[in-house]
Amino acid sequence: MAEMGLVDIHHSVVETEATNRGYERGLIDLAERGVDIIVMDADLAGSSGTGEFRKRFPDRFLDIGLCEQDMMGTAAGLALAGKCIFITTHGMLAAGKAWDIIRSTICYGALNVNICGADAGLSAGAAGGSRQSLEDVAVMRTLPGMTVIVPTDAVEAKKATLAAARIPGPVYVRFAAARVPIITTDLTPFTVGQAGVYRQGDDATILACGVMVYEALKAARKLEDEGLGVRVVNCHTIKPLDRAIVNRAAVETGALVTAEEGSTIGGLGGAVAEALAQTVRPTPIRIVGIEDRFGESGKHEQLLQHFGLTARDIAAAVREVLSRKHGRQDDVESVARG
Amino acid sequence: MSPTPNELRDIAQMIRRDVLTMTLESGSGHIGGSLSAVDLLTVLYWDRMRVNPERPRWEDRDRFVLSKAHASPALYAALARRGYFDVRELMTFRKLKSMLQGFPDMQRTPGIDASVGSPGQGLSIANGIAMAAKMDGKTFRVYCLMGDGEAHEGQVWEAAMTAAHHGLDRVCAIMDRNMMMGDGSTEDIVALSPLVDKWRTFNWHVVEVDGHSIEQIQAAFAEADSVKGRPTLVHAKTVKGKGVPFMENKPEWHDRKLTEELYEEAMKALT
Repeated sequence: MAEMGLVDIHHSVVETEATNRGYERGLIDLAERGVDIIVMDADLAGSSGTGEFRKRFPDRFLDIGLCEQDMMGTAAGLALAGKCIFITTHGMLAAGKAWDIIRSTICYGALNVNICGADAGLSAGAAGGSRQSLEDVAVMRTLPGMTVIVPTDAVEAKKATLAAARIPGPVYVRFAAARVPIITTDLTPFTVGQAGVYRQGDDATILACGVMVYEALKAARKLEDEGLGVRVVNCHTIKPLDRAIVNRAAVETGALVTAEEGSTIGGLGGAVAEALAQTVRPTPIRIVGIEDRFGESGKHEQLLQHFGLTARDIAAAVREVLSRKHGRQDDVESVARG
Repeated sequence: MSPTPNELRDIAQMIRRDVLTMTLESGSGHIGGSLSAVDLLTVLYWDRMRVNPERPRWEDRDRFVLSKAHASPALYAALARRGYFDVRELMTFRKLKSMLQGFPDMQRTPGIDASVGSPGQGLSIANGIAMAAKMDGKTFRVYCLMGDGEAHEGQVWEAAMTAAHHGLDRVCAIMDRNMMMGDGSTEDIVALSPLVDKWRTFNWHVVEVDGHSIEQIQAAFAEADSVKGRPTLVHAKTVKGKGVPFMENKPEWHDRKLTEELYEEAMKALT
């Protein structure tokens, strides 16, 4: 897949960086190019990655204090007067506390407000379950007109930030505070709504987003040693979902695994299942994510293991869907028993 | 040329009649809180705001945010009578495919500056518009009409802090203080008093007026114009259901349905 410009994660040392950093580089790039952006924050500039932007562009930065609801409404007003807004707050504060304002003023008005959920997924790590946002993708996805993007690494995070500025309506972009592997480069194509096929294969497909794309690539490599050709797709845009690539994966490989660092209810897995159930023939799907529970304290990489979000877990999920694809019910039950 | 106070009073009565006619036709809608806001809206749209109904998106226009979004019948009637759209549209209020949704939708209705619906959210929007104006060196004003029941919402007070902190003197909020909400008196449900003191403590300039006195309302907006470095709240003491004796100060007229008989009786009071 040389044309994708990917890092060879199997043969080189993989660098890591928080996707928040790519977000900030995108904001600085936009401001340097004279785009009329305003970056808003609710007392999180220090941790969410907009501290450097604040220093360099104080006139374009607005810290609203711990008023997430007022921040969303103020953003709506600024957007009504022609500004391009980027809001940064914890994923769970945006998606939870301020959801009604996002819905009733920003989305109902189809306003140019980009909401950036920092420290999302399990990346709030040690802070534990109350501060980890696992439901944000699901609740944002239900809003009419909302675009939802989960970048895989810091490089893609910058591209997503630049792309969000060009989308006239509301956008939710989810970032991680934890360091995650850098697997794409400046050469890797990125278009909102177009998933990237990062590895070819005809036996099964893994559709992943965020840090799980890296884990999916490792899982596919592991399965290759077992003689299985597994396709890996970076589904960075959860909404609008790239139905063409999802449908093709279903038709051509006949077995799908989705992988995300969030709830198994309503996220990428939900989006894929909804799309397939209503288009192509029934296809076995396995949704890898966090199953209807809150997170807990720990280091990010420990939590990924604890919640079953590693390459090994994804590989097991692929074997399970393959059993169903081939109709081997005994195998299905054996996998189900663990 | 601005209309005289007597002409403004006539316009207000016409809007009140429109509110009754459209809500009779739609079979639903909020009458009481619309009637309490009519005089304020009349002064804004006929005397105070720099607007051009032929260019509803004119960049330098004064802006209006109806935070008490349930008073949409009064706003729609004012916009229609002011020339933003055909008065006949009022009869489509709350009906399928109407440009006049139950709560204001800027994407459907000419003259609506912000979509609103969920209570307590308008002031934040007004603040954001005023901040952008300040950044861009624009001098237009932003008016935000709030209901007193809305003041229960925490976001109102977040926005009150934001406006004062940023010295948004182009923001003029109006409190339609009719003392009533859907379930009864605001003071019986969760007391708001002393409401004026609350705003003053939040560093707002407050002007107290009779919200049905055209002259007092005009004077309050003129005073708001002269205040620098602080936002202004016009605390308008009003009567829910104003103008229709059997509706006045009756919380059930928050959203009660009109009958033909009651409509005739109400229209007589408004001639």
